[in-house]
Amino acid sequence: MSTATTTEAPSTYTFSPETLSAVLAPGANPPRPSALSASVTFGWRAMLKIKHVPEQLFDVTAFPIMMTLMFTYLFGGALAGSTTEYLQFLLPGIMVMSVVMITMYTGIAVNTDIQKGVFDRFRTLPIWRPSTMVGYLLGDAFRYTMASTVILLVGLVLGFRPDGGVLGVLAGIGVLVAFSFAFSWLWTMFGLLLRTEKSVMGVSMMVLFPMTFLSNVFVDPSTMPGWLQAFVDVNPISHLVAAVRALMNGGWDTGAMTWVTVSGVLFTVVFGALTMRLYNRR
Amino acid sequence: MTEFAIETSGLVKTWGDTRAVAGIALAVPAGAVYGVLGPNGAGKTTAVKMLATLLRPDSGNARVFGRDLVREADAVRGLVSLTGQYASVDEDLTGAENLVLLGRLLGHRKAAARERGARLLDAFGLTEAANKQVKNYSGGMRRRLDIAASILNTPKLLFLDEPTTGLDPRSRNQVWDIVRAVVAHGTTVLLTTQYLDEADRLASRIAVIDHGKVIAEGTPGELKSSVGRGAIHVRLRDADQRGKAEWVLSEALSAPVQLDADPVALTARISGHETERGAAEQASRALVALAEAGITVDDFSLGQPSLDEVFLALTDKPATAQNEEVSA
Repeated sequence: MSTATTTEAPSTYTFSPETLSAVLAPGANPPRPSALSASVTFGWRAMLKIKHVPEQLFDVTAFPIMMTLMFTYLFGGALAGSTTEYLQFLLPGIMVMSVVMITMYTGIAVNTDIQKGVFDRFRTLPIWRPSTMVGYLLGDAFRYTMASTVILLVGLVLGFRPDGGVLGVLAGIGVLVAFSFAFSWLWTMFGLLLRTEKSVMGVSMMVLFPMTFLSNVFVDPSTMPGWLQAFVDVNPISHLVAAVRALMNGGWDTGAMTWVTVSGVLFTVVFGALTMRLYNRR
Repeated sequence: MTEFAIETSGLVKTWGDTRAVAGIALAVPAGAVYGVLGPNGAGKTTAVKMLATLLRPDSGNARVFGRDLVREADAVRGLVSLTGQYASVDEDLTGAENLVLLGRLLGHRKAAARERGARLLDAFGLTEAANKQVKNYSGGMRRRLDIAASILNTPKLLFLDEPTTGLDPRSRNQVWDIVRAVVAHGTTVLLTTQYLDEADRLASRIAVIDHGKVIAEGTPGELKSSVGRGAIHVRLRDADQRGKAEWVLSEALSAPVQLDADPVALTARISGHETERGAAEQASRALVALAEAGITVDDFSLGQPSLDEVFLALTDKPATAQNEEVSA
């Protein structure tokens, strides 16, 4: 049994004050880590967690594949005549949708962590306060990149042929990951604010479903009723989709990019500040 | 002049209607173990969380080595370390990874963090388990790793919040040894506990907390002498003689006598303000009185008042059930 060794270990341990004294021997404490170094270290922690619990990558691999296949074959024939045709339109959108949906796991991760004692230890460290949170987001940025790559590969297999080439596609994924990083501050806030994992999940769904479905991911909004168009037009996800779609098609949508940049900065400033307020208050 | 690791006055923290901490004043001298003793829910953890900058006090002042707890929170964080009631380590990571992570966050370079982590794991007998996830550790191992994480950079002040709760006796002794070694190195330790025995063994001063207030403070000896001089425990040969023995003892000592669960045993408190020798004298006189009354005494012992008695006298309620489990 694998636990046998761990339970036997304490019985063989005899404490020797000398060994401990040698470690405690006075040495100057090193200078505090920089904000960047602390954030990267927390990012490393997130990567270690992925290493130890690789099952958690299920949601950035299987889920995106399912989304892409499902919507391509569900709507392809009806909306664009053929699935390959529709894929050229859908893929950037479904990529945005999947990655933005995955962002909600940030809130769940924060929420489950604060129930544990390790969070208290982090909060007593003399480090740049937001680094703990930035660490989560850095780890998540890796997950977003992974999900985007998976979707791209599935798309390429199914016949997605972007006009923007390698550079356009990479730029699109870059914008998507950067926006998702900024957007996730919303979830760190909810992760700290709400009491249980379930309520974080519930709120996430309430926000994400309308934001992703009521957008230009699946169809051109011009056929929608006016009131819905009004929502779709102010929905940052629509602008993100427009920007990513343009980049992958080898173009550039200045209006959409401006919207994406402004809303990304706003998400970071507003929800980043609220997150840190809650983090310090807890 | 004594240097104080912690000085607080009127520290208050309220949760809704409950005053978890209702005006705590403490003066913790540097360089020793200071025990904070109290039953569950007395406000110990809340007080420690405030002193470790995890909670903001509603009112009151507190200084840690002269630094203001609220205005200079960052400076305080540079001086203290906390080992919480629940393991303050990441259960998904291995022991070694936990220490490297914290070493990095304390500013060590990767190689130095790894080296220091390895030496601490060795000192705490965790080398074999270094590459196992902490969730597979036993309670004692987890607690040792937790303390190792707290002394990666030797802190000036270490908070240990109920460090031995839930540990078996051997692991508890190991934790005590570690605490003594850390203190010998000049670190001040603030130890909260609900085990009187633990406070008695480790702490040079103790504050007893109940309902968010300090109800007594002093050295273990001072606290004990505040409730009397101890007790005499007597075991008779014949249970039938117990009624008579009870009467003889209460006459001889002019104090209430308690009948123990064991049908041949009695305990009498030795009261009065005489010297230590006086207490022994009173006890021997009581034994003579028993002999003269024709009662056969098989065994007797003279007990110092335990902190349990102090605790009972001060808080006016039984010590928690866990205490009994430990002494059993």
